[in-house]
Amino acid sequence: MNKLSSLIKGIILLLAYLVVQLLERQGVLLPYHVQILSLCCINVILVVSLNLINGFTGQFSIGHAGFLAIGAYASAYLTVVWQAPFLFAIICGGVLAGIAGLAVGLPALRLRGDYLAIATLGFGEIIRVIILNTDAVGGARGFSGIPKYTTFGLAYLMAIFTVVVIRNFVTSDYGRACLAVREDEIAAESLGVNSTYFKVLAFTIGAFFAGTAGALFSHYLQYMAPTPNQIGFVKSIDILIMLVLGGLGSITGSIVAAITLTIIPELLRGFAEYRMIIYPILLIIVMIYRPAGLLAGNELSLSGITQFVKGARAHGNHT
Amino acid sequence: MATTPELMVNNLCVQFGGLKAVDQVCFSLKPQTLAGLIGPNGAGKTTVFNALTGLCPVTSGQISFNEKQLTNEAPHNIARYGIARTFQNIRLFRNLTVLDNLRIAYHQNRQYSLLCSVFRSARFKREEAQITAKAKEALALVDLADKADHIAGSLPYGEQRRVEIARALMLNPKLLLLDEPAAGMNPHETQCLLELIRKLRDDLQITVLLIEHDMKLVMNLCEELFVLDYGHLIATGDPKSIQNNERVVEAYLGGCMA
Repeated sequence: MNKLSSLIKGIILLLAYLVVQLLERQGVLLPYHVQILSLCCINVILVVSLNLINGFTGQFSIGHAGFLAIGAYASAYLTVVWQAPFLFAIICGGVLAGIAGLAVGLPALRLRGDYLAIATLGFGEIIRVIILNTDAVGGARGFSGIPKYTTFGLAYLMAIFTVVVIRNFVTSDYGRACLAVREDEIAAESLGVNSTYFKVLAFTIGAFFAGTAGALFSHYLQYMAPTPNQIGFVKSIDILIMLVLGGLGSITGSIVAAITLTIIPELLRGFAEYRMIIYPILLIIVMIYRPAGLLAGNELSLSGITQFVKGARAHGNHT
Repeated sequence: MATTPELMVNNLCVQFGGLKAVDQVCFSLKPQTLAGLIGPNGAGKTTVFNALTGLCPVTSGQISFNEKQLTNEAPHNIARYGIARTFQNIRLFRNLTVLDNLRIAYHQNRQYSLLCSVFRSARFKREEAQITAKAKEALALVDLADKADHIAGSLPYGEQRRVEIARALMLNPKLLLLDEPAAGMNPHETQCLLELIRKLRDDLQITVLLIEHDMKLVMNLCEELFVLDYGHLIATGDPKSIQNNERVVEAYLGGCMA
């Protein structure tokens, strides 16, 4: 049963990829659309990795764009200056961001709640200011001439990889320890869970994936600018909004929200200046009717869907 | 049968600023005793528990368990040595299922690595199945086998207390500390709890130290009692002698008659 559902999921994912490829070849999807789909995948990686920190471990971090920036600039530097292969650059970007996560996490995760949020916000801004003043990566002019290496296929594959790894992590003993820390740190400690270790572990893994997303991001945009809405707190807040909207502690919620909130602003382009009114109104409506997020900590699953359909059918037969 | 004490507490002092919550307390526990820690409100009973489990810093004195020094160890290390506890104000992981609450407590015995869990190796699957089986076994011990998939916070109070005991048992403890296990229970539930604690001690061969205000439970269950008042240990002994101890009566009823 378990193997069967994994197989079905694999086939659905493959089919989705093939459909996109086919539609692109037929000219139904324009390059612009495929670009948006790539951005969806990058955002899925960012939101799911932030979910590990904020949702599953309960450590409220709002400096995720800092890790994104490290991955984005480090990988771009590698491919532009050293002509390194892209896959190597992605891994390096991720590892560097992970190391930064470890270095920030060790002191910062002693803080709780609002204090941690402010510390991580500060960290994100420090990274941005360092980049702003580093001439080797273009400084304030921005980093241009980054090769267009990010394809939809690669971004799609990376997103699947991230989701699978983080899902397997949170449903293992490691993930349960993280959940225990989120739910009640004192009880977790009294049961033998080293809470500091798991906070730092979650933070480091989250940072690693944010770094890989950053590498995809810079080779997608081909130009990085050290502005708040590209690698600063505005970007961090964007990721956070997607996370909260999808529901803290729900991976499928993160995926749904990341895709929806990437596409909606694009759909609203037609409304030009009203866009920034409609978008927040949509967010407010969702938060009023689904205060714990779209999926509220639950997961969408194949068995859940089939049960729902069966239930609906049974209900239909009764009436 | 070993008669050397398992737990030794020597001159334990815990000070919060100017307040001496626990002052020069000495006691020891032999293996497989059912012991009680009693005293009026604010006597420092829970503070003793917190000091034993590393949740609050010890100002001076020593705690040793099976000849290992535990003074000011981190709580998660103390759990590893085989001391498990429950809390006065139930600290279950409220949003998780009962089963997950218990599985978390198996954490320190987990063998598989991070990579095993990410790649779902055969070892991971085998061990997870073991953990789940062990958790169900512990739930059966406290008669809650049918509640495994319930959300912990949704259970009635008495059942939550039993889940917390089962969770503590997942640590395979040698010493179980129960902080007011009968609080909020009706007489029938209290009686069941008494039988449960006795059964656990006999079947699992563990030592139990409990804090309790229900004197009927304490007097029926415990073999040895320690009485605290204003942070001082004022009496030690079997329930009978404690009942007739003048200082204990004075501490509970006030000293106006003396």
